[in-house]
Amino acid sequence: MAGGGKAHLRPIEDVLISAQDVVVEFPASRGRVVKAVSGISLDVKEGETLGLVGESGCGKSTTAKALIQLPPPDSGTVHYKGEDLTQLDAESLRQARTDLQIIFQDPISSLNPRRRIGDVVAEPLKVWGPSDSASQVEKVNAMLEAVGINPDDTRDKRPHEFSGGQCQRISIARALVLNPQVIICDEPVSALDVSVQAQILNMLEDLKAEYGLTLVFIAHDLAVVKNISDRVAVMYLGKLCEVSGSDALYESPAHPYTELLLNSSPIPDPDVALSTDLVEQGDVPSPIDPPTGCRFHTRCAYVSDRCIDEEPQMQKISDDHYVACHHPLASVANSAGVSV
Amino acid sequence: MADATTHPGDAPLLVVEDLATHFAIDAGLVRAVDGVSFELYPGQTLGIVGESGSGKTVLARTIMRLNLGGNVRTSGSVRFSNQSLLDLPISDMTKIWGREIAMVFQDPMTSLNPVVKIGRQVTEHVRKHFGISKAEARNLAIELLQSVRIPEAEARFDSFPHELSGGMRQRVSIAIALACNPKLLFADEPTTALDVTVQHQILNLLGMQQQERDMAMVLVTHDLGVVAGRTDEIIVMYAGKIVEQATTSEIFHRTSHPYTEALLRSIPKIDQPSHTRLAAIAGRPPDLADSLEGCSFSPRCPYAQERCFEEEPELEALATDHLSACWYPVGTPENQEAWEKNLLAGRPSTLAIANGQIVDDVSVHLPSGTS
Ligand SMILES: Nc1ncnc2c1ncn2[C@@H]1O[C@H](COP(=O)(O)OP(=O)(O)OP(=O)(O)O)[C@@H](O)[C@H]1O
Ligand SMILES: Nc1ncnc2c1ncn2[C@@H]1O[C@H](COP(=O)(O)OP(=O)(O)O)[C@@H](O)[C@H]1O
Ligand code: SF4
Ligand code: SF4
Ligand SMILES: [Mg+2]
Ligand SMILES: [Mg+2]
Repeated sequence: MAGGGKAHLRPIEDVLISAQDVVVEFPASRGRVVKAVSGISLDVKEGETLGLVGESGCGKSTTAKALIQLPPPDSGTVHYKGEDLTQLDAESLRQARTDLQIIFQDPISSLNPRRRIGDVVAEPLKVWGPSDSASQVEKVNAMLEAVGINPDDTRDKRPHEFSGGQCQRISIARALVLNPQVIICDEPVSALDVSVQAQILNMLEDLKAEYGLTLVFIAHDLAVVKNISDRVAVMYLGKLCEVSGSDALYESPAHPYTELLLNSSPIPDPDVALSTDLVEQGDVPSPIDPPTGCRFHTRCAYVSDRCIDEEPQMQKISDDHYVACHHPLASVANSAGVSV
Repeated sequence: MADATTHPGDAPLLVVEDLATHFAIDAGLVRAVDGVSFELYPGQTLGIVGESGSGKTVLARTIMRLNLGGNVRTSGSVRFSNQSLLDLPISDMTKIWGREIAMVFQDPMTSLNPVVKIGRQVTEHVRKHFGISKAEARNLAIELLQSVRIPEAEARFDSFPHELSGGMRQRVSIAIALACNPKLLFADEPTTALDVTVQHQILNLLGMQQQERDMAMVLVTHDLGVVAGRTDEIIVMYAGKIVEQATTSEIFHRTSHPYTEALLRSIPKIDQPSHTRLAAIAGRPPDLADSLEGCSFSPRCPYAQERCFEEEPELEALATDHLSACWYPVGTPENQEAWEKNLLAGRPSTLAIANGQIVDDVSVHLPSGTS
């Protein structure tokens, strides 16, 4: 898109989280600015899993962290249960954050290597939980069991004694100890083998059902995102491209960037013809100096003059399917003279 | 792609026979590679697939004679173009590296020197092996950078590795690997650290270069999705051994080994509806320092029967060019029977596959009370 607009947002009273016009920028060398997130609006209903997908550097983690005000966005609002987190004082924000937990990509290094597993998982409780240590231990044990790890065997061990998949489950247990409502999963499976990835995906589905969680799930692989998400938002260079219920997105992708991602996803079937034309694709442009108009125009096969000048806005193309593109796929405007 | 089943008139480029690489550690002997044999023909592409720790990297590094540390013991034989690689002095190996066999690693920084400009690095082997002039080297480097689709190759000649993205660095390391037109390229998880889009581009690039140069290629990965459609033949490794080997189409269409089947079923597929329950493999690969009786996959296998815990199955031909090491191969009535028996008994490793349950402890063969 990479465009703006909020057509895809649902009534604010129907959603648990609603982020609007979120902008996050970082200072770069020589007075320049990294435009990591440039006006993103997203919402998540209670009990829903929102998938956020896009290439490295497109601002997925920055968006996720902005939701929990780490750091707060440079502008825009983030409503959680009707309250604007960007306006809260430090103490109220700390309270609200216990409801919103985040887990990270690299399972081993995101856990403190010098601490025992029991302490790692109990850490959030030291600040927020019950003060007596017996109920803390009880809580830690329950959460380790919930992620399929035997607490008696593991409490006194340290993170390096576990595999990547087990470390990821330990970080999920840690995120769960405060009974959060929302878990933001920032590429929790990208560093794992396919076999372990399946365990984590299944486990997140189970925990979600058991604890009534709401999930934001970040990944760069569309097949993984589809498996776990109810609704998917596709991101490119700090902007949203397409938002849709997950099955519809895959049946009829409307944004050229979604199509590119779909064509890149590895398919475990030797008879499916590979799109072998994807060799030349250059790098994602720098977020310091993003392209004008539609930010995807430098890589888009359907680019027109309009795309270079004018930023597309999010528009509805069917029920719960929104796209920010001047020439969405499978529409009349697009079929005009474009091959591929 | 070369035809994997017959190779009329061709002599194999690489013959690996009963190769074993063991590491002596305090806890015992780590059998990282344990009796691996295969052949590779000129221009052929081979996929080597298995979970982390199955021995893929050690196998590749053993064949290449790359350093594996002081505690290593290797046996068996590796013949490449009629030279016995394991017997060559390292000084002769250095003549083969880069020039006849080249390697691309998971982390491109492994093969790149952080303080040398990429243009210079690309032609290092060529200058060493063929002694060309500075001007010739520059032209060749630019040509190579263009061939791996580095945009503005001329301007990039003077860049340092840290100035490039991960995908671009991997392109540079491929350019280095291709510089001397090797006959064989080993790519060890060349795209595991990259985005799906960049992964797709890099795999396309490797495939294109492989065909243009008629080079043999070994593509190592943990994801069967990566090698489908990109290889002639596939070897599936588990605990240092080959458990299944066949043409790519056979592996997918007539999957025989339960481990291969489990790997395939654990991959989320784009054409499945969302929230499809994935088949999770119970437990983790075995500790290779413990010697295990029977089939090494037995603790995790959904079909395992008593025989599997006692006797190790040999790699045997099921059909021409389809090898598998299993007592109850997938697709046979015996396999179906074993499945039903285990399901009925509530065997945890079977339930993991059936319902996607997460099972870590696979030390128990059968739930107590059953036999
Ligand atoms: N603290 C920071 N200072 C400067 N630039 C930053 C900072 N954090 C992120 N960026 C930049 O902002 C952009 C978006 O980064 P972000 O980490 O959100 O991307 P991402 O989509 O999560 O990528 P990945 O898939 O690699 O995790 C990138 O260009 C990144 O380099
Ligand atoms: N120098 C070493 N000493 C002891 N064990 C090793 C050494 N190098 C590798 N291993 C072991 O050999 C096994 C196979 O490793 P590797 O080939 O790297 O697996 P893969 O590439 O399939 O992930 C692993 O169990 C690993 O821990
Ligand atoms: S068609 Fe235009 S607006 Fe749509 S993605 Fe391509 S460049 Fe952007
Ligand atoms: S059925 Fe038996 S022999 Fe075959 S893989 Fe399973 S445990 Fe091994
Ligand atoms: Mg990130
Ligand atoms: Mg490896």
